[in-house]
Amino acid sequence: MVAALLLIVPVSARAATVRIVMQNLEIAPAAVSAKIGDTVEWVNKDYIAHTATARNGDFDVNLPPNKTARIVLKKAGTVQYYCRFHPNMTATLKVTP
Amino acid sequence: MLVRMSAALAAICLLSSPAMSAAAKLTDPQIAHIAYTAGEIDIKAAQQALKKTHNKEVRQFAKDMVRDHTAVNKKALALVKKLKVKPENNPTSRALSKQASEKRAELSKLKGAAFDKAYIDNEVAYHKTVDNALETQLIPSASNPELKSLLQTGLKIFEGHEQHAEHVAAELK
Repeated sequence: MVAALLLIVPVSARAATVRIVMQNLEIAPAAVSAKIGDTVEWVNKDYIAHTATARNGDFDVNLPPNKTARIVLKKAGTVQYYCRFHPNMTATLKVTP
Repeated sequence: MLVRMSAALAAICLLSSPAMSAAAKLTDPQIAHIAYTAGEIDIKAAQQALKKTHNKEVRQFAKDMVRDHTAVNKKALALVKKLKVKPENNPTSRALSKQASEKRAELSKLKGAAFDKAYIDNEVAYHKTVDNALETQLIPSASNPELKSLLQTGLKIFEGHEQHAEHVAAELK
C-alpha cells in the first residue's frame, strides 16, 4: 500500500525538440508548429552568422557559423521571425498550449 | 530629377557595352577577382564607418559587413587555392576600386547624421549594383561549378545586406 502511494506517475506529456536548419540562407522548415514547453533548436549550417529574431520581440537568438542554439517555448501564438543580418530569411513558428 | 548613374554601375556596365563585348566574356580568374574586390571594398567602407559613426544601428550594420564579407572572401580564397585559379585583375575590378576610393574620400568629409545617411544610402546602392552584376554577369559566366555555387550563396548574402541596409536607411529618416 505504501509502495502504491510512493508510485510517481508522470502526468505531463514528454516535451519535444523541434529542429530547424539554416542553410544556404534558407530556414527549413519555414513553418513549424510546436507546443508550450517544447524546445526549438536552430542549427546554423552556413559559414556566416545568422539570428532567429522574433518580430514581436519574444526571442532573439544568436547563431554563429556552424553553431546550434535552443529556446524553450513559453508563450502560445504565431510568431514571425527572421535573421537580423539577412532579413530575406524568414519563417514562422506556431505555438499551441 | 537628375538621374545619376553611379560609377560602380558604370563599371559593371563595361561588361555589357557593345564596345567591350569581345572582352566582356569573363573568365573564372577575373570573376574571382571581381567578387573578392567587391567584398574588400565593402569591408573598407565599413571600417571607415566604424571610425566615424555614433549611431548604434549604423555601427551594427558596419560590423555585420566586416564579419560577413570577411567570411565570404575567406571562403573564396580557399576555393581558388583549391582550384588552382589565380585571381586576375581586370578593368571591372579596377573601375570598382577606383570608384570606391573616390566614395570613401567623399564620405571622409562628412560627419554625424550626414555621414550616416550617405554611408547607408551608398551601401544600398552598392549592394544593388553588386547583386545585379552577380545575377546577370558573374554567375552566368562562371565555368567552375564550385565557384558558381559560392557566388550564388554570395548573392543571397548580399541580397540580405541590401535589405538590412534599407531597414537602417528607413530608420535614419
